[in-house]
Order: sequence, then structure tokens, then C-alpha cells
Amino acid sequence: MAENPIAVQLIGVNKWYGEFHALRDIDLEVRRGERIVICGPSGSGKSTMIRCVNRLEEHQSGEIIVDGVELTNDLKKIDEVRREVGMVFQHFNLFPHLTVMENLTLAPIWVRKMSKKQAEEIAMNYLKRVKIPEQSKKYPGQLSGGQQQRVAIARALCMNPKVMLFDEPTSALDPEMVKEVLDTMVELAHDGMTMLCVTHEMGFARQVANRVVFMDAGQIIEANAPNEFFAHPQHERTKLFLSQILH
Amino acid sequence: MSDFASHTGVFVRKAIIQSAPPPLAIRGLMGWARENLFSSWFNIAMTILSAALIFLVVPPLLRFLIIDATWDGDSREACLKSTGACWPFIKAKLSQFIYGFYPAAERWRPNIIFALGALLLAPLLIPRAPLKKLNAILFFGFFPVISLVLLTGGNFDFHHFIIGWIIPLDLIFGITELRALRLTFWIDYLLSATLTAGIVYAIAKGFGSQGRHAAKTVILIFAFVGLALIATDIDFGLIPVETRAWGGLLVTLVVAITGIVTSLPLGILLALGRRSEMPAVRSFSIVFIEFWRGVPLITVLFFATYMLPLFLPGGTSIDGLLRALIGVALFSAAYMAEVVRGGLQAIPKGQYEGAAALGLGYWQTTSQVVMPQALTLVIPGIVNNFIGLFKDTTLVLIVAIFDLLGQLRAAFTDPNWATPTTLFTGFAFGGIVYFIFCFSMSRYSQYIERYVSAGKSH
Repeated sequence: MAENPIAVQLIGVNKWYGEFHALRDIDLEVRRGERIVICGPSGSGKSTMIRCVNRLEEHQSGEIIVDGVELTNDLKKIDEVRREVGMVFQHFNLFPHLTVMENLTLAPIWVRKMSKKQAEEIAMNYLKRVKIPEQSKKYPGQLSGGQQQRVAIARALCMNPKVMLFDEPTSALDPEMVKEVLDTMVELAHDGMTMLCVTHEMGFARQVANRVVFMDAGQIIEANAPNEFFAHPQHERTKLFLSQILH
Repeated sequence: MSDFASHTGVFVRKAIIQSAPPPLAIRGLMGWARENLFSSWFNIAMTILSAALIFLVVPPLLRFLIIDATWDGDSREACLKSTGACWPFIKAKLSQFIYGFYPAAERWRPNIIFALGALLLAPLLIPRAPLKKLNAILFFGFFPVISLVLLTGGNFDFHHFIIGWIIPLDLIFGITELRALRLTFWIDYLLSATLTAGIVYAIAKGFGSQGRHAAKTVILIFAFVGLALIATDIDFGLIPVETRAWGGLLVTLVVAITGIVTSLPLGILLALGRRSEMPAVRSFSIVFIEFWRGVPLITVLFFATYMLPLFLPGGTSIDGLLRALIGVALFSAAYMAEVVRGGLQAIPKGQYEGAAALGLGYWQTTSQVVMPQALTLVIPGIVNNFIGLFKDTTLVLIVAIFDLLGQLRAAFTDPNWATPTTLFTGFAFGGIVYFIFCFSMSRYSQYIERYVSAGKSH
């Protein structure tokens, strides 16, 4: 299959929670290898938007196309997209009853139908990349938050995804553990991974993002290259937001 | 001691304080007693009360069961002199308590089943024992079939499967039997298997999924069921023993183990069904669970035994014990479903999302992520149900099936053993047997709880 230059495309996406209009006419195109940081006040719809990309949330109108596959009610297409899109959550969502190694090999074995041996080899590689190979036999509850989040990143990578979604990956961490997770993400960015990242880590945005997208009230207010975005915010709402988070 | 210079407000520690042993007052036997038995006035009062209670109950019990008990003798005469338990009575009736009226010459059959059951169950219960998969297949797949054949004698008469009810195959092929296997039934079985596989293949194809895979599964199921049917159909030359002749501990264990083994998977399915997003599945599960929970077990057993035959077409009869078994299994499945549902509700949404984001499907998520956690959470509830079920089996007495307690009561009527203490001895014996089983289950569940949670958190 020819490589599709566009990894993720959202066209006129709308979503409602009951009466609440959570996403309003979202248009966003993410090219392969592009790194997008999404920021905005809480309740602005940033998490909802990236959760729509792997259909953890259902959108009601508009199109979402991931790697050439349009997300509809077709369960097969949803599974197809989820196989190719990795996600890292704020609260890790590791499986507490499985060891780190089992967390990493579960999906490759059951979804990719890999042999256990092969899956474990791949898992070990990624554990080395996130620098915790020695923890493979432990349970998630025995690791620190930063280690758990790195396991979660490795778990997503084991599926060899084309796109990675990060939903506030450092928000639930103790301050001293934020850096180790961000370092892992920076490394991933340098390897050319397509990333959509909801985060308030503006240093990270400056360092790796191709584009920063600012959202408020369910819509995209402003999107720009990080230098421009931070130096010359255009919209009033963006200026206010930046003035509040950059002290 | 402290190098804290409080008056200046500036402090830099010079030496790190090393960990020291706790003071003597909280260590050792004295420390333990002080902490746990005599820590407050209320505690002291409770300690004294408990000691008094133990003193009140235990010595008389020991006197009755051991010190004053009669141990030897072969009739009531031996027991008339003492005020203690009449153990010769138990000894004389023991085989009846275990086998009921199972023919004495055939008791090697339940003995084999007891031994085989213990042999297969023990390694299954030990987490570290190897070959769990094979062990489970043997215990849950082969053992029931072997038990059925050995205990009943097998050689069931199968006449029609599905097609035979519609098309008179007997007329077409004639009645030929090979070692009691009726040819027409097995032609019927093979045809039905092929037909079902074909239909499933067509349906699966219609839904756009892999038809071949679905058809293969159907054929596999038919093959396994077929093997079990052949085993029960074939004539091994065993003397048939009607379930009416079964009794005692044998019946208690058959009812309890069947109930336990079937109620858990059924309960899991019902719990999943009750949380399903498909209205038909959900409604069915809710109606099923609420119906069985709303009806007392005695009513279920009564209905199954005395009313059901009235509704069935004339001539068809289902074995009495089997009817009770089905009643008990469905009844406990409904309870089990609610226990499992409780566990499912405790699983955070993030677990489902984590699994979904990895591309795991519903059954994969359920079997690999959700159910292992949910079941671990509700081990106490599950075992509570098992223990309740074990003791409830004694209700089959109502429908003239003589379990352990039934046999006990039957034995009380024997005038050869009519003594003032026979009744107490019998019930003490029954109590001890039930206690051994229930207490073992309880301890085992606690062990498993510790085992599965060991080392998973800080």
C-alpha cells in the first residue's frame, strides 16, 4: 500500500454530549511525521478531539479519516484504526493484574496474532528504549508514576502504530517524574513518529511541535508554528491563555 | 539529642538517623497480649467474656465427642451406658452415609470417581502445579463424562437427535445396533452436524466475516459432544444403577460440584448479558436473574420434580436427580451473576479504554482484561455462594433424594441403633463433615486471595 501522506484528517467534525456542543466544526489535517501539540483551558474539547481519532468518543457529524480509513459505525474499520493508532492516557490505564511484560505483549499476541516469543522480543526492545528493561517482571502497582507512564508508551509502541495520541500524559505525575516521560516523548518525536499531543508542557511544545493548536469552547481558535504561536499570538483568547500559563 | 538549632531557624542535618528496633513494650508475647487483649477496658471485658464462652462450650463438647463417647460395639447395647457420642452407630452406617443405597457390589465405581476427582482437583487447586490447561480439560471435560458413565452405568438409549424427530430414519435404514449404538441416531447426528455447520457458514458469510472459521468451530463442538455421547451411549457391560439408588455424600458432592462448576460460567455469561448494550440480551438476562432470585430453591426443586412431568409430552421422562441438578445450577447461576456483576462494576472505565485503544475486541477485553480483575475482586462473594450452595444441596431431601443429611435421618429410624445419643451423634457427624468441606473452601479462597494479590502493589 502506498504511504498516505496524510495521517489524520478531521473535516467539519461536530460532537455533542447530550445538549452540550463539545466539538464545533473541527478541521485539522495531520501529515505523516508531523507533531501537533494541542492546548487550551479545561473543558475546551482537546481530549474529546483526540479521543475521536481512535473512536473512544463517537462524533456526530463530519469526517474523520485515519490513514485513509474513514471512521464510521463499521466496527471493522474502528478496529482497523485502533490497531494503527496508539494512545497514552493521563492515568496510564495499565492493566494492574498483568506484569509489565504481559501488559506489553497482550495486544501484539491477541490482536496482531504474534507468537509469544516474538512479542516479548519486541516488548523488550521498547522497554529498553523507555529505559526500564529491568522492570519487566514487576506489576504496574510496584512502579512509580513516571515509570508506569513510560510502560504505557512502550505498550502503545509495541503495536507499531502509525500515529500516537497523548492525552495529558504528564498531568497526573509528580513534578519530579515529568521530565523522564517528556524525554521519552521527545525521543519518539525525533524518530519521526506522527504525534497528536494534548499537554500543557509548553517547553515540550517549543522543542518538538511542528504546530501548536489552541482550542477553546469546542473549537480550534488558533494554530501556528510554535515560534510564532508563542511569540505572536493572534487571537485575544490565545493571548489571555498564554499570559495565564506562562509566568 | 537533636542538633536542631531552634532559636536561629536555620537547620542542616549533620548525621542521618539510623533505623532502630521498636521498644520492648510492643514486641514479644507480652507486647502482643497487651496490644490485642488488654488495650482498653472494653477490650479487657471482651477478652474475659470470650474466655468464659470458650470455657462454657468447649469442655462439654469435648466430653460428649471424645471423653464420654463410646468407641467400640456393634449394637445399641454398647451405647446405652454412656452419655457421650455413640460412634459405633456412625461406623455401622458409614457406607450408607457415603453411598446411600448404591449396590454394595458396585461401590468400586463411586470409589474410582472419588479418587479420580481428588486426583484431578488437587493439582488444579495448587497454583504452582504444572500443566494447568491439560488438567482443566481433564477435570471439566473428561471427568464429568467418566463420572456419568461409571455412576449410572452408561448405555443410554439415544433414538433421535434432530432430524430423526422429523424424518422417520428408522423406517429408511432399519434399526441396527452396534454395541448398543443405534445406527440411525448417529446418521442423524452426522447429518445434523453437517447441516448446522453449513447454516452457520452461510450466516457468517452473510455478515461478511470468516465463514470457514465459524463452521470449523461448530464441527469441533459437534465432535466433542459426539465423543461424550458415544461414551454414554456405548455398552461397557456395566450394571445400570438408577439415580434413585444414589445417596449420602455421593449425592451431596454430585449436586454441589455440578452446581459449583456450572453456576460460575453461567453466572459470568448472565452478568455480561445484564451489562450488554443489546436490549434483547440484557432483557433476557434481567428476567432470568430476577426470576430465579425471586423464587425459593424449595419451590424450584418441587416444580422440577412434581410439576415439570405434567408439562412434558407424555412418555418423555427426565431423571429425577438430573432435574434437581438443573434446578440447582440455574438457581445458583442467578446468584452468581449478581456477584460477578458487582465485580464488573468495580472495574474503572480506563481499563476498557486502555484495551480498546490497543485494538482488543469485546471478548478479548472481557477475557483478558476485565474478567480476571473482576473475578479476583469478588472471590469472597463467589466462595460465599459456593459454600451456601454446598449446604443448600441438602434441600434435595424435599424431593426424595437422599443426600448425606437424608441418609442420616433415615439411619435414625433404625431401631437397632435407637439410643438417647444417636440423634446427637448423627448430627454432630453431619456437622463435622459439612464443616470440613465448607471451612476448606473458605480457607482455600483466602489463600487464593492472598496469592493473586501478592506483590501487585507497593
